[in-house]
Amino acid sequence: MVNLEINFNGLKLKNPVLTASGTFGYGTEFTDFIDLNRLGGFIVKGTTLNHREGNPYPRMAETPSGMLNAVGLQNKGVKVFCDKIYPEIKDYKTNILVNVSGSAIEDYVATAEMINTLDNIPGIELNISCPNVKEGGMAFGTSCVSAAEVVKEVRKVYKKHLMVKLSPNVTDIVSIAQTVEEHGADSVSLVNTFLGMAIDAKTRKPKLSTITGGLSGPAIKPIALRMVWQVSKAVKIPVCGLGGIMTAEDAIEFLLAGASSIQVGTANFVEPDATIKIIEGIKYYCRKYGVKDINELIGGLKS
Amino acid sequence: MSYYYSMKMKKYIQDFEVLRNERLSKDYYLLKLWCEEELPVIMPAQFAELKINDSPSTFLRRPISIHDVNYEKNTITLLIRIAGDGTAKLSEIRQGMILNMIYPLGNSFSLPLKDKVLLVGGGCGVAPMLYTARYFMQFGFDPTLLLGYRDKESVLRRGKFEKYGNVFYTTEDGSFGEKGNVLNHSLFSPEVFNFTKIYACGPEAMLKNLGKWAIEHGVDCEVSLENLMACGVGACLCCVQNTNEGHKCVCTEGPVFNVKDLIW
Repeated sequence: MVNLEINFNGLKLKNPVLTASGTFGYGTEFTDFIDLNRLGGFIVKGTTLNHREGNPYPRMAETPSGMLNAVGLQNKGVKVFCDKIYPEIKDYKTNILVNVSGSAIEDYVATAEMINTLDNIPGIELNISCPNVKEGGMAFGTSCVSAAEVVKEVRKVYKKHLMVKLSPNVTDIVSIAQTVEEHGADSVSLVNTFLGMAIDAKTRKPKLSTITGGLSGPAIKPIALRMVWQVSKAVKIPVCGLGGIMTAEDAIEFLLAGASSIQVGTANFVEPDATIKIIEGIKYYCRKYGVKDINELIGGLKS
Repeated sequence: MSYYYSMKMKKYIQDFEVLRNERLSKDYYLLKLWCEEELPVIMPAQFAELKINDSPSTFLRRPISIHDVNYEKNTITLLIRIAGDGTAKLSEIRQGMILNMIYPLGNSFSLPLKDKVLLVGGGCGVAPMLYTARYFMQFGFDPTLLLGYRDKESVLRRGKFEKYGNVFYTTEDGSFGEKGNVLNHSLFSPEVFNFTKIYACGPEAMLKNLGKWAIEHGVDCEVSLENLMACGVGACLCCVQNTNEGHKCVCTEGPVFNVKDLIW
């Protein structure tokens, strides 16, 4: 029997596989395909203080081995989440984290405060890295000063697990990670999408209404893996790795690079049961290579 | 009703065996697929997300509307236009090969309350109209179909469509049926038009014009949209359509919308 359990700085995960925010709705979209209770956890759609309609269509462009999106945090707002959505999902036997986004520090704080009152939400993922909103989002995650400020203020009101989702669109992701650690983050997740662009050569127009958008999928995996490796060496808090994970082998690579858990994102769009296949694949890998405890793999990169 | 997804029909992810891949014209092919298991109920205008293998530039599944269903034989037929690399790669699939689909997806055309109904299809938009006509016929309706094509050579599956309704045609060059686009057809002249409801699928410009005409003439009109899509299950929020109630997902709250609810 292989042990897949991980203590992720206080969050007890039955396995290291979570789903990435914005790729898994509120979980309920996937119940025809998988048993949510089998996941290490799922992270629900980016939630803001007020309702957001998001960006105009078109919001998506397919790319080789990936896709660009410019959804722009469309969501019903934190109140609707608490009143309507939370009661529908709260009894799943897994860790449900809420991705909290905002365009001002007060918004992040107010949203986190409301989520803090929900008993069955053991943590939030603070999104300081969304590339698709004009104010806030990535603006907070691209400088140490602003990242420190938002984490510090949220930390004051949010008492449970505080994961901070980092942007890869920075010169030095390590210094941002160290800054958020210093200001009270319990963990970091990386990476969010890479700012990219697609043009329709026939019409000479951008393919996205916002011109630029966030690139995800296998195309970004090598860069994400490198960043996870760099960050996990430089911080003491655990790292949740994501970026183009499609298979169990991809997930294992992130663990070896130093991640203590991983998120499956864009893969959910192609294979709605990708998470379960990855969990099964991790078990298979462990049996095949004589790994008794998944924790042995974390940071287990050999020289 | 849950507001973040409207369809409660169970979705399946299943492997289908290709029974037949028939090239209908330069741009169109027909896939007949068989599933070992009993098919779930499929509604008119619902679609499937098809996995495309071995196409490096294709990462996502392709949403394709259901063209026909045979519950006795467990078969689904898809009418597909080669629109890009994904559908081009899929056109090479051969008999006996396996195609993975997520289905049935989306809402559906609503059952008419009374006769007479007009089904309008333009180009690839004719695809869902075969199953729609057959479905409506089962409920005692006698649908009229108006199918618009570029020219005579691009007319698809004539014999099949004509089994399930009274079929009229337009072609842009007038080589078959009446000349012009669907709205130019004499069925739309005020002294002739006697339908209580229009169901349509086709290019956006056609649907917009048709929708405008229907609203101006007080005729109920449902259209099936085909926005760019990633997941097909309401998670990615990429395929949104602007409506009177804000952005709605075409994959789960559509593809069918009443034209009076759309802002376009």
